[in-house]
Formats: sequence, structure tokens, C-alpha cells
Amino acid sequence: MTNLNEYRNIWVYIETECGKAKNVGFELLNAARPLAEQKGCELVAVVIGNSIESAARDAICYGADRAIIVDGPEYEYYSTDAFVNALVAVVQKYKPETLMIGATNNGRDMAPRVSCRIGTGLTADCTEIGVDEATGNMAWTRPTFGGNLMAVIMCPEHRPQMGTVRPGVFRKGVYDETRTGEIIHEEFHVAADEIRTKLVERVQEVADAVDLEGAEIIVSGGRGVGSADNFRQIFELAEVLGATVGCSRAVVDAGWMPHIHQVGQSGKTVAPKLYIAVGISGAIQHLAGIAGADKVFAINKDPEAPIFSVADYGIVGNLNDVVPALTEAFRKLKA
Amino acid sequence: MNICVCVKQVPDTTEIRIDPETHTLIRAGVPSIVNPFDTYALEAAVRLREKLGGRVVVISMGPPQAAEAVRSCLAVGADEGYLISGRKFGGSDTLATSYILSEAIRAVEKKEGISFDLILGGKQAVDGDTAQVAPEIAEHLGLPQVTYALGIEEKDGELRVKRDCDNGYDIISVKLPAVVTVVRLPYEPRYPSIGPWLESKKRTIPVLTEADLETVDLTRCGLNGSPTKVKKSYTPVREKHGVILSKVPADEASAKVAGMLREAGII
Repeated sequence: MTNLNEYRNIWVYIETECGKAKNVGFELLNAARPLAEQKGCELVAVVIGNSIESAARDAICYGADRAIIVDGPEYEYYSTDAFVNALVAVVQKYKPETLMIGATNNGRDMAPRVSCRIGTGLTADCTEIGVDEATGNMAWTRPTFGGNLMAVIMCPEHRPQMGTVRPGVFRKGVYDETRTGEIIHEEFHVAADEIRTKLVERVQEVADAVDLEGAEIIVSGGRGVGSADNFRQIFELAEVLGATVGCSRAVVDAGWMPHIHQVGQSGKTVAPKLYIAVGISGAIQHLAGIAGADKVFAINKDPEAPIFSVADYGIVGNLNDVVPALTEAFRKLKA
Repeated sequence: MNICVCVKQVPDTTEIRIDPETHTLIRAGVPSIVNPFDTYALEAAVRLREKLGGRVVVISMGPPQAAEAVRSCLAVGADEGYLISGRKFGGSDTLATSYILSEAIRAVEKKEGISFDLILGGKQAVDGDTAQVAPEIAEHLGLPQVTYALGIEEKDGELRVKRDCDNGYDIISVKLPAVVTVVRLPYEPRYPSIGPWLESKKRTIPVLTEADLETVDLTRCGLNGSPTKVKKSYTPVREKHGVILSKVPADEASAKVAGMLREAGII
């Protein structure tokens, strides 16, 4: 039986690639900071990668008290075996009470193997994390059944309590370069023959790079846009606002836009200042992906569309009239 | 190549409704389907077998009615299918489920007299959305894994997997045996043709219970063997009362909303 009292502190895993940290780790630090205050414990960043001293430093400026780094050329690119072995080794040495991991594809590849090897529980894709007052356990809230139901999950008798959070659910805090904290180097290496997968080739679709998770304004089109051709209007509206273009799943299924633009349960989770939903009815799976948006502005011809029930602003009308009119109105404001 | 495909029977989440009083699923009238990602995994398995020979065996853990999900896999090319179902298995979280499935895979290998070169599944089930069970099966069995496959090819006894990345894809090679999870593939899962469909209706789906898994440790199964506990569930409330302009000319409405956004400091 695990002695629960041996386990202390909240850890946030900082995912890196080619030495560069992904934002989701910093977002998690910001979400975990108040929880560490509440528990009266340290917030520790654990960074695995190659040449990651500056990523560890950034983690401290984003709110970590300390950073533990596992550095080596074998961690330049993600591999399941190297990263799982390294993370399990440091978890077993330091015994954190809580471990949070960004739910990128790599994070979701690694986290279940780590929790399974340790024999602890893991809650996937949390949208809210709190401390249960009665027990001091982490309370992980996550959507299930396509966002139709929310569940609060705890892991009372196993440590560390593990959870993943998708990018864009929380926001980064303020970068405070006056913050200081110890950076601990853990020497842990994985031999080449222990890594059973090999990266043969990487193909980056740079031309299509779409940063929905970091976008301040998103203009998103749904089935109501009508055709791939009509998306031109969406792009024009987005251009005036300096916004990123998103879309609903129906649009991807229809082949009007590539999956990389998809917002929602099976696409990206977003948290912009303003989300403009054009011709999107508001299926629950889509709403689950935009729950973090500050303001929602919906344009739809159907006044009964569910999107209006979450909208701060709305226009009921024909998109072919409203979208060009809006583009013009914003252009005037910006002039 | 002998391939085990793990499938899950799920409610069609585009059709489900929640009882607002009890916060539970209204299951009545909601169709059950094979998890869509798993249907791609099965199609990939059948194509590999058509090219390389071997057997495709489907396993599914669930209540007795999940036998229908296994049967529907037999109709689209699986050679054999097992339902993993037992009273001690109910209430399992992902860790307990993956443990039971890893024991079941060993038991099925013994029954079929084969060893699996590849274990395939969908990237996640559309009801739970966790994406945890397959990597955990790989961990229990000590196998390498590649997740988020967009394409799978066999080459000189190795697999080449096209793996989905944020802004592109990787080609990953992995030696067999291995576990691979599938997002989607360049081809669609086949529909059953009439002969195999009729044939599948006549088949009995063998059920493996706790009694059939010789080495299973029952303290690691079911609710008690699950480290995570659901403390409560609730229906998300999404009710705002925003400014919705209806029956206002487009340019007038647009100017008004644009003005409000400017005033609120949003643009």
C-alpha cells in the first residue's frame, strides 16, 4: 500500500521539442499556482528534452518554484520509451503528490504509460482542477459523452494523482523575470536500443500552420456557410480583425476546410477573447471546445440555434448579407 | 500477421441526451455503435491480413449486449471475436480495463494457438474520450506503441506508421509486436456484404469471464481495482443572456455589434 504522506508537491510536466517548450506546460503552471498556495506546497516544473535550460528558466518565470530537468540528445524528439522511462524515474525518486501533463498527442501518448507503470490513476482532458476541501485530494473535472456530461474524478488512494489538460483550456500567466528558483539536473539516460520506435521522417505542413489555441480572436464557420467557396467571406472577415480562421466538424466532414482548422471536442480547444461563430448551430461537441472563450458572437439564420444560448452578442440573419456588412463595419472602425 | 483489434461498443454520442434530473444518460432509444475510430483500426487489420495472411481477432469488453459489436466486426472481415464480460469487471476505470484486456489478449492467444504481432485500436472511444486504454495495454504487455496513426504499412517485418502531429505528421517505424492506435485512414471502413453479414448472424460469440482468465488478479479489476473514482457528475449549464439582434437590417446590426465590441475593449 502506498504511504500517501510521502508524496508532496504539485508537478507540471513541460513538454519540449528541439529544446523549445510548448505553451501548454506554462498554461498548466498558471492553473496550478493557486492550488499550490491552497495546499501550502511547492509547484515544480519537470522538463524533459535536449538543451532545455532556458525552458526550465521560463517555467520558473511562469510560476514554478523549482524545475527538475532531464537533459540529453535522446530527448531531442519525442519517443514513448525514452520519455516514459525518464519521467517515471524522476517521479519515483521525488514522489510528487500531483502530476499534470498537457494533453497534446505526445502528452496523451506518454501519460497513460506513466500512470500504468506506477499503478496510479489518470484523468484525461480536464477542464477544471480544484482541491477537495474534505480530503485535500485533487478534484479533476472533465467532459464525457461528447461534452454532454461533466464528471468530477478523484484518485484518493494512489499517488501521484495524475491528470491531463488540453492546450488552450487555461491561459499562461504573466512572465515575471524577477522570479528565481533552483534548477535541478537529473542525470538519466536511455540507451538507443531501449527506444523501440524510430522517427524516420517529419513532414511539417508549415503553409497551413494555424494557431487556434493561441489566437485572441477566432472567426469560425459552420455548415451554414454553405460551401467551400463561401469561406472566402469568413477569411475576409478574419483578415480585417487579424483573427484566425476556425470551423466546425461538419465543415471538415464536408471537405470544405482541413482538420487543422477544426474547433471542438474532436478538434482544438480554444480560449480567445472573442469567438465569432458564423453559421454554426452549436452542437454540444462544438460548445465544449469554446467554453474558454471570453465572449461569443454568433451569426445564424436560425433564431433557435443553440449557439445563441451561449452567445454574448448575436445577429439573426442571412450570412451572405451579415458577413460582408460586418467586414465593412469592422473595417470602418479600424480605419 | 496475426492481429488483435480491441473495439468498444459506445452510444452514438451525437444522439445521446442527459436526464436533467438524475444527470445520467438516457439510454432508451439511443443506438449503440462500434466506436468509429475502432472501425478504422479493424479495416486496417483486415487489409494487412489480405496482404500478408494471418488472422484478425476482435475482442471487446462490455456487457452481454456488446456481443453485437463483436458480431458486426465479423461481418466486415474479422476471423474471430470474443466478448470479455464478467461481473467482477463492472465499474473498471481505464487502468483496470486495460489490465483485464491485457489478460484477455493472453488468454485469446492461448485459445487460438497464435501470438499476436500487432494489437490495434482506435485512438480513443467517443464516449469516454480518454485515449488511455491502448497505451496502458501496451504497458501491461511490455510492448512498444505508436498512437494517432493516419496510415499503417508493413515493410520488411516492421511497421511504418504515419503519425498525426500538430502541424503535420511523422513517419515512425516500430518493430513487431507492437500496439498501434488509429485516428483515421486514407480509406473508409468497408460495409458488410450480404454473405458475411448473414454468416455473422449465425455465429456464437464466445464470452470470456473472470473464470476464463487464468492469471487475472481480481483485486485489480472492477470498481475496487480502479484508482480513479467518479465523485459526481452533472450536466453543464450553458445559459447566457446576450444581446441578440433579430429582424434588424444587416448593416445596421453589424455596425451596432461592432460598436459594442469596440466599447467593451474587445477589438
